[in-house]
Amino acid sequence: MLNQKKLIVSHAPFCHDGSSISVRSYHMMIAALPAVLFGFFQYGINAVGVVALSISFAIIWELAINKVTKRSISIGDGNTALIGLLFAMLLPATSPWWLVITGTFVAVVIGKHIFGGIGGNPFNPVLIGLAILMVSWKDFFDFDQALLNYDLGFAMVYPLAAVKHLGTPGIEAFSTGGLLLGQQSGGIGATFGLGLILGGIYLIVRGFIRWEISISFLAGIFITALLFNLNNPTLHAGPLFHLFTGYTLIGAFFLASEDSSSPVNFIPMLIYGAGAGIMTVLVRNLGSYVDGVVFAILLMNLINPIVDKIRPKALGKVV
Amino acid sequence: MIKRSFIGLAKPLIEYQAMDVTPLEPQEISIPKKVTLFIDRPYNHRDSILLNIGDQVKTGQKLSYSEDSDAYVISTVTGTISSISSFIGDYGKAYTAISIDVDENEETDDQFKELIEDPTLDTASNYLSGVPGNPCFKIFSDPERPINTIIVSGADCDLLITTNQYVVKAHINAINNGVRVLKKITGIDNILIAVPENLMQDAVASGAEVRTVDSEYPSALPHLMMQTISGQVVPAGKSCEDLGVCFFSTEAVASIGKAFNEGSIPVTKTLTFIDKNGEKTLVSARIGTPVSEIIKAFNVTLNEQDRIIFGGPMTGSSIYSEDYPVQADTDAIIVQDKDHVALVSEYPCINCGECIRICPVNVPVNILVRFLEAGQYEEAAEHYDLYSCIECGLCSFVCVSKMPVFHYIKLAKYELDRISIAEATNA
Ligand code: SF4
Ligand code: SF4
Repeated sequence: MLNQKKLIVSHAPFCHDGSSISVRSYHMMIAALPAVLFGFFQYGINAVGVVALSISFAIIWELAINKVTKRSISIGDGNTALIGLLFAMLLPATSPWWLVITGTFVAVVIGKHIFGGIGGNPFNPVLIGLAILMVSWKDFFDFDQALLNYDLGFAMVYPLAAVKHLGTPGIEAFSTGGLLLGQQSGGIGATFGLGLILGGIYLIVRGFIRWEISISFLAGIFITALLFNLNNPTLHAGPLFHLFTGYTLIGAFFLASEDSSSPVNFIPMLIYGAGAGIMTVLVRNLGSYVDGVVFAILLMNLINPIVDKIRPKALGKVV
Repeated sequence: MIKRSFIGLAKPLIEYQAMDVTPLEPQEISIPKKVTLFIDRPYNHRDSILLNIGDQVKTGQKLSYSEDSDAYVISTVTGTISSISSFIGDYGKAYTAISIDVDENEETDDQFKELIEDPTLDTASNYLSGVPGNPCFKIFSDPERPINTIIVSGADCDLLITTNQYVVKAHINAINNGVRVLKKITGIDNILIAVPENLMQDAVASGAEVRTVDSEYPSALPHLMMQTISGQVVPAGKSCEDLGVCFFSTEAVASIGKAFNEGSIPVTKTLTFIDKNGEKTLVSARIGTPVSEIIKAFNVTLNEQDRIIFGGPMTGSSIYSEDYPVQADTDAIIVQDKDHVALVSEYPCINCGECIRICPVNVPVNILVRFLEAGQYEEAAEHYDLYSCIECGLCSFVCVSKMPVFHYIKLAKYELDRISIAEATNA
């Protein structure tokens, strides 16, 4: 057997459907683009700066971890860039540079790599980063203060803060259409409802996120908000208001659906999504924080492994 | 080959290759100068084996390994034995490889011919277990697992292949004869033939009861066929034979039919050859023909780092040498250019859930794979349904991380088998 050609020997199957982590990440980013561009348009160069800084540092932290742990360089898969992008989308445009750098550090290093890197994180890294910043530097996340100096031609009050402090009379200035078109203050990429919905639909149709999670999350919010609203219409805003304000939409399509920290089986996905939705409204209406999306999703991340045990019986399983 | 569709929301539909309405006759590969045959038994040079280098053999002659073993192979050519050696196949399975230099003049051995008047199970298992289609007769003499149903499968179990469908189209009379012989020698009356819907009409003439198989992969895998055809679910870790059902390919049945009809043992295998461009051609070649001959016949240039696959794209196995011979169960040979070779990556599972959506038997692949990666096979078998897996390969096919999931699964089963064999022998 001299002069043998060296053939590639590997295990079946010998074909692949062509999907990959990078394709997934880049499509998530494309889907987020309308909302991000709208943020640039509204908040100008400040927003561009925050987003650019956030993505760059997410990549830098990832690279640093790759070097330190002597693993192969993984920044090409787009996952860390996505973390940076989503993180920036949640921030106010006026966030100082050190906040962005610290936040991406927490997200990438603590949120993702401490747990073993991609696929190993029990919590959504973006939300870990954000939650820690929110607890540590609460004031920077008071959108009313942060965005005080902007005049964009609509009421520059953070809708969720307004309803929290003033009840429904405080939000009469907001119309559902206006909210959808981004006429509200908030995170850079979190206010343009229509853009986020379009992005979300794109991701669902292409199968890059699991629709069960997004839809049940929105349904959970809608129903819980409706019940509160029916119970006390002057104190609690209606369901549509809750759907289109704060981090609801970005949460539904981009955060709750993060692969590693969410369930994959059908019923667990519904429980997880609905649970996060219900928790969100509970925090908003009863808790001390203005928005509950971040903590609601993190809480559901926590119970995800337990919930995801509910799964269909495998064929031929003998119990 | 098959790519993810733009709309990823729906479960991808992966379909079997359907036979053309009028299939072309297979392209015949001329008899090579040398063939290699495998005897299903490890070669030990201290055994007093019945074969010697330099022995003359005839086409259809039975080459037994030794007096005290019933392992044998049927020579598919006339010629001289030029080497006897050991060969290690997939997962460490050992064979005795016999190479034969082929003579110009073909002579046929007629030992078998004398026995065809009165077909018996003994005759069949003594002469026909290596015919094209690779039938297994041993299962009928296992008192622990009595067989009560034979399913003749005219559906090819992997993608892109049309070998067994072709046999239904072209050799239905031989199948009919084979079914009759099988009924007689096994005493089993319950013989069904399972075919894709477009072959239903043709299959009627087989004399077996016709059932259809769905065109969506992997419905032609035995476990799923059991479920649709006989309504039985095979318990995890059991085989179809444990439930009294065994599978024969249509080619195997046709070979049996032909053998008893004509008095000569079939030695030519039909297979689907798929070249680098995905062009499919039916081919017939002597069992033992090195794959290089077929590749040459199709003017395919083979380069370093290309890949040759025996079997289908989902479940076949890749080989490391062009000299590897066609075997009785080689339903397809695929040549892949190195640019099309799908590679695995070193990423871990990202928990995307694609495998969960596609697994036909609800194996929790995303969790299972974590245990398999860590080598915790017992845990995987006990809690995460390792043994429910029917080995379709779809989870690897869709894995976003490009993990070799299917490889892990096979390896785990293999390792657990080894452990239980070792325990049994030590006990
Ligand atoms: S190979 Fe994968 S997809 Fe197929 S049955 Fe096994 S676990 Fe499920
Ligand atoms: S398809 Fe691959 S990456 Fe996705 S959940 Fe399954 S094993 Fe994990």
